[in-house]
Amino acid sequence: MIEKQEQPPLIRVENLSKTFILHVQGEARIPVFSDLSLEVAAGQCVALFGSSGTGKSTLLRSLYANYKPGSGHIWVRHGADWVDMATAVPHRVLEVRRETMGYVSQFLRVIPRISARDIVAEPLHALGIDLEQARAKAEVLLARLNIPEAMWDLAPATFSGGEQQRVNIARGFAVDYPILLLDEPTASLDAGNRAVVIELIREAKARGTALVGIFHDDEVREAVADAVFNVKAGELAA
Amino acid sequence: MPQTDNQTAAAPGAGEGYNFAYLDEQTKRMIRRCILKAVAVPGYQVPFGGREMPLPYGWGTGGMQVTASIIGLDDTLKVIDQGADDTTNAVNIRRFFARTAQVGTTEVTEEASIIQTRHRVPEDPMTEDQILVYQVPQPEPLRTLEPREIECRKMHAYKEYGLMQVSLYEDIARFGEIATSYSYPVMVNERYLMSPTPIPKFDNPKMDDFPALQLFGAGREKRIYAIPPYTKVKSLDFDDHPFRVQQWEEDCALCGAEETFLDEVILDDSGGKMYVCSDSHFCGRRRAEGHVGQLPDTAAAAYAAAVGAQEAPDGDAAQAQGEGET
Amino acid sequence: MNDTSPLLRVHNLSHAFGSLLACADISFELHSGEVLGVVGESGSGKTTLLNCLSARLMPTNGIVEYDLRDRGLTDIYALSEPERRFLLRTDWGVVMQNPRDGLRMNVSAGGNVGERLMAVGARHYGEIRSAAEDWLAKVEMDLGRIDDAPKHFSGGMQQRLQIARNLVTKPRLIFMDEPTGGLDVSVQARLLDLLRGLVRELKLSAIIVTHDLAVARLLADRLMVMKDGRVVETGLTDQVLDDPHHPYTQLLVSSVLQV
Repeated sequence: MIEKQEQPPLIRVENLSKTFILHVQGEARIPVFSDLSLEVAAGQCVALFGSSGTGKSTLLRSLYANYKPGSGHIWVRHGADWVDMATAVPHRVLEVRRETMGYVSQFLRVIPRISARDIVAEPLHALGIDLEQARAKAEVLLARLNIPEAMWDLAPATFSGGEQQRVNIARGFAVDYPILLLDEPTASLDAGNRAVVIELIREAKARGTALVGIFHDDEVREAVADAVFNVKAGELAA
Repeated sequence: MPQTDNQTAAAPGAGEGYNFAYLDEQTKRMIRRCILKAVAVPGYQVPFGGREMPLPYGWGTGGMQVTASIIGLDDTLKVIDQGADDTTNAVNIRRFFARTAQVGTTEVTEEASIIQTRHRVPEDPMTEDQILVYQVPQPEPLRTLEPREIECRKMHAYKEYGLMQVSLYEDIARFGEIATSYSYPVMVNERYLMSPTPIPKFDNPKMDDFPALQLFGAGREKRIYAIPPYTKVKSLDFDDHPFRVQQWEEDCALCGAEETFLDEVILDDSGGKMYVCSDSHFCGRRRAEGHVGQLPDTAAAAYAAAVGAQEAPDGDAAQAQGEGET
Repeated sequence: MNDTSPLLRVHNLSHAFGSLLACADISFELHSGEVLGVVGESGSGKTTLLNCLSARLMPTNGIVEYDLRDRGLTDIYALSEPERRFLLRTDWGVVMQNPRDGLRMNVSAGGNVGERLMAVGARHYGEIRSAAEDWLAKVEMDLGRIDDAPKHFSGGMQQRLQIARNLVTKPRLIFMDEPTGGLDVSVQARLLDLLRGLVRELKLSAIIVTHDLAVARLLADRLMVMKDGRVVETGLTDQVLDDPHHPYTQLLVSSVLQV
């Protein structure tokens, strides 16, 4: 849809800071990062970089408004509007999450009694897409991620870690979000499934999706990332 | 009502040592005020300061207090219990007023100016000059469904009567039809839900557009309510399960009446039974007019055995033919 | 989706029982389709708040406004009592923690569900019955039990019946007080799953009081954390639970046993 040219930004992070204050542990203050600024354009994939504890995950979660930053802004292109995820009211955030921004977490949050197929189909269905149609798309994704058909009707509570992670990825890719956040999507996957995820990310980029991700696996990072953002230094490098 | 002031009232009752119609004048005034309010708000239960009567609750103390408050010297009283003039309750209440108010009594519906009743509306039509006083055991139609008095009062106040419909729903769900056959709830004047006391639902249609004033007295619960003459009284129902009254395949075995409320009378231990009008005066009048019912053979034999030879001609006549039928 | 006008607006609500302040100075808005969780420990004022919000307890102070279908945002305590009662059995639903408070235990399951319909004037037995069947099926109840009284049902079934009974008039706002309280874990899961599905399917707005953070996470879009009658923290459910700011919320979240 969008040709290779100067792409408009979809995410604009401005002077973002985050400090955890642990009241139950003697008011301990844990500064994570401060004064970060970052832009991510349509079709671009930015990998967050830094050693463990530098705040990659915290930044990613802040982008999704899962964590509330202390100061700064996270502007997100939502349809025709710019929404600041750091200050938006909850129902606005939920709307952005529903329509604009997807998030593949490290672990699947298992919902009791719901089948793998419906977990994947749910975000599509929430957008008003007919349940059967949503399930059909879910099945395509589950098949691509090599989840055996026999498991589609089962609730993933009993699945292995890798299987749960693949269900989680399928769920994240079910909707063609303009923005997608990935938290170590390939952490517990074998080479074959890693390749599928790389493919999915490339397809998303080709559609014009802006991606921000944490990739522990160098191979995956090199395959998909257009730029690397050093969280500790607050610098973007190609 | 006819004069019941102290002057005239004192005279007839004086010899007996009772005030006229047993209750003191202040109590009767209080009850009359409640009756006026009840008439003004048809179907609404008016609380009143119920008095102790010389008989237990459940024997008609509410109806008696209403009757005592409206009765005058020139009234004629009829008392029926389950339609009959000759049962213990009816006989005693009639004697009570004959003694304390020295009024005339009668068993003839059209002669009475006041009819106190337990569980029936007379079969004979009543007129604007008459008053029907019901004895009421439980005035609150919502009581079995909603035990909280405050909540019941709110339901009446706000006309929230869905719950009553639930009880009819339960009947249909359980029995396939509305099985409630007594105390069948009615809407009075399209406003208040009312329990018509345990009259059979057979009598419900009579209450609608009834020429006589209908008064209801509940002694234990201390409530009075009323249906003024010619008021709309509608039995609750569902569109697809409309209200219906009971019907019998039999006619009255004694008078042959086809459209009256019948009592089943068991005659012996071997299945002998007959159906007779529950309204004893109505049935007696028809027999006096020559109407005769058909007593089944077995019933006739049992009847003869039970009642004795002096009643046998009736049975024989019944067996011979229903000649009086019209 | 209407961004500007909330479904429910609460302004400076306080309620005192004598000298005991059960909830103090609470303000928030609830939008159409939103599910708000109210969490906090016993005695924090959650249930008092719920009762005030649901027109069942006049607050000592403050205003509760609801977007009535025909009048827009209206102070519910300025309505007459019959209007409030009408609202409670039509456009609102209340699911009580104890089914005994929310059901008629001697009336059949079908009658319990049908009551609200009859209360708003339904007078066709066949239609009432089929609506009851529909709703019993939606809450996954065996239709063979439609004529049984809930006093013979298990706790989970009673709760599901309560939900059906409330939803039959297609309310827009549901109040729930510890809907899974006192149920076995497996029964809880089934009920939660059911509630979650119904809330989404019917685009219901809901206010759910619970002390169980897992229940809150599963059902609520947004949380209010209460302590000693005050709201100490509010925000998106996952934000409050994953990045709690207030000392009490941090304590609450860190006290949950991990499974």
